[in-house]
Amino acid sequence: MAKIIVITSGKGGVGKTTTSAAIGTGLALRGFKTVIVDFDVGLRNLDLIMGCERRVVYDFVNLINGDSNLNQTLIKDKRSDNLYILPASQTRDKDALTQDGVEKVLEELKLTFDYIVCDSPAGIEKGAHLAMYFADEAIVVTNPEVSSVRDSDRMLGLLSSKSRRAESGERIKEHLLLTRYNPVRADLGEMLTVSDVEDILSIPLLGVIPESQAVLKASNQGVPVIMDELSDAGQAYGDAVDRLLGETIPHRFLEAQKKSLLQRLFGGR
Amino acid sequence: MTAESHSDKLDTDLAFNLKGGMLTMTVIELVRQEPERFARQLAEKVRQAPNFFKDTPVVFSLDKLSDELDATTLAHLLQICRDSGMQPMALRGSEAFRPLAQHCGLVLMLPGRVRDKSGEGERRGAAGPKKPEAVRRETPVAAAPAPVAAEGIPSKVITQPVRSGQQVYARGGDLVVLASVSPGSELLADGNIHVYGPLRGRALAGVRGNTEARIFCQSLEAELVSIAGQYKVAEDLRRHLWKEATQISLDGDSLKIVPL
Ligand SMILES: Nc1ncnc2c1ncn2[C@@H]1O[C@H](COP(=O)(O)OP(=O)(O)O)[C@@H](O)[C@H]1O
Ligand SMILES: [Mg+2]
Repeated sequence: MAKIIVITSGKGGVGKTTTSAAIGTGLALRGFKTVIVDFDVGLRNLDLIMGCERRVVYDFVNLINGDSNLNQTLIKDKRSDNLYILPASQTRDKDALTQDGVEKVLEELKLTFDYIVCDSPAGIEKGAHLAMYFADEAIVVTNPEVSSVRDSDRMLGLLSSKSRRAESGERIKEHLLLTRYNPVRADLGEMLTVSDVEDILSIPLLGVIPESQAVLKASNQGVPVIMDELSDAGQAYGDAVDRLLGETIPHRFLEAQKKSLLQRLFGGR
Repeated sequence: MTAESHSDKLDTDLAFNLKGGMLTMTVIELVRQEPERFARQLAEKVRQAPNFFKDTPVVFSLDKLSDELDATTLAHLLQICRDSGMQPMALRGSEAFRPLAQHCGLVLMLPGRVRDKSGEGERRGAAGPKKPEAVRRETPVAAAPAPVAAEGIPSKVITQPVRSGQQVYARGGDLVVLASVSPGSELLADGNIHVYGPLRGRALAGVRGNTEARIFCQSLEAELVSIAGQYKVAEDLRRHLWKEATQISLDGDSLKIVPL
């Protein structure tokens, strides 16, 4: 049975697209046929992060309008045979997506894919609503700051009342993904800690992705950071995918790196 | 969370009406835990007034019980009640009984929530001379202003977190929230409000002017609390019993906040 997973947050710039690329790629690398759908009409950048921007011909809106078919529109990833990208339209505005149109496309994708990962735009308006409406599971991406947590809380309220599952008395399975986490700053009280965020949102923690140089480097190269298996962020995303698939793995990168004796003797941060 | 409790959607076509009313409940105040004796004495009462017990909602009160009650004994006692046609709804007792209540699938009512009217039940002849397990009738405090008699208003019970941007209103009765109440959300009730997770949003009890309404919460971290229009905001609340289990009531013109 195909599963629709929405990557959502309310707030912009928290790491939804980075996460969609990483989780989608991780699922594909583990053998699941996966498509990542960019719902951010007008602000398309999933294809940049996936490094396939030069191969975009048709987009989500063309597909909905019947200008193109699925085969013509889906972009196959170069790294994995299991992975496809459905790019957003760069030129159209967000009203070009309709609920019926989205449903039709998702139903068609369900026939061939195991996982449909929906990269939501920011906000709680139409685009974000359409991205989450048909979801079976939701990964709520949150940064360790009060405004981001508040927006995620609001999104959780919408998931539990305004989604198709909610309307038919079912629940969307919710996961919390805390990204851009900096344990040093959390210890200093400059950011919320993992337990602060868990306490406020009270949903299961899928993973904690550290603030990492590797993310910027990966996105500049058009390679999802999960492919950088030596990096902290890549490993943290890998763990998150395994947890999504039901494994129980301890959380990593939650603590500030202990200073060595030499570092302590010679000061500095 | 259901769609009707959400403020984002303006839904004017009513799918139901909430009616005000008073709900009378029988309280079984347990004095000793001897299932055999309990069953025997209860059977005797049922024999005296069979209709009185049929489908009667009952609250199991543990206030008078001095020794510890285990889940097996309680389950046994509840089964005896059910076999006699009663419907156990809630457990009344201190916070310590919460696990027990949950285990038996009952709502926990903290003491003080209901006012006893013990004399009355006896006058109705349902009970003879006082027996160890006295069966008495009493009326919940949550009497709504609407005078629709005997048409019980079930409390509105919310089991999922109330999230930022959501609003829940218990018209005509009490609101019970078993999960957390986030900042940016709002609880409204004509009667009392009970919150068993942290209360971090707004809570307005007695919104149609019931000055007897109260707010009970496990952890007071609210943005605002109000009873019948008298309110306090977080800035004031922070000074006293912040993050503590509290009971908030109206004392004249001001809010009284005391530990639970
Ligand atoms: N773990 C991280 N460490 C450092 N930078 C990150 C991390 N996650 C995301 N970013 C950066 O944050 C910015 C916003 O990320 P993006 O995934 O586009 O967010 P959204 O899709 O939610 O708007 C990008 O510049 C991205 O490189
Ligand atoms: Mg994005």
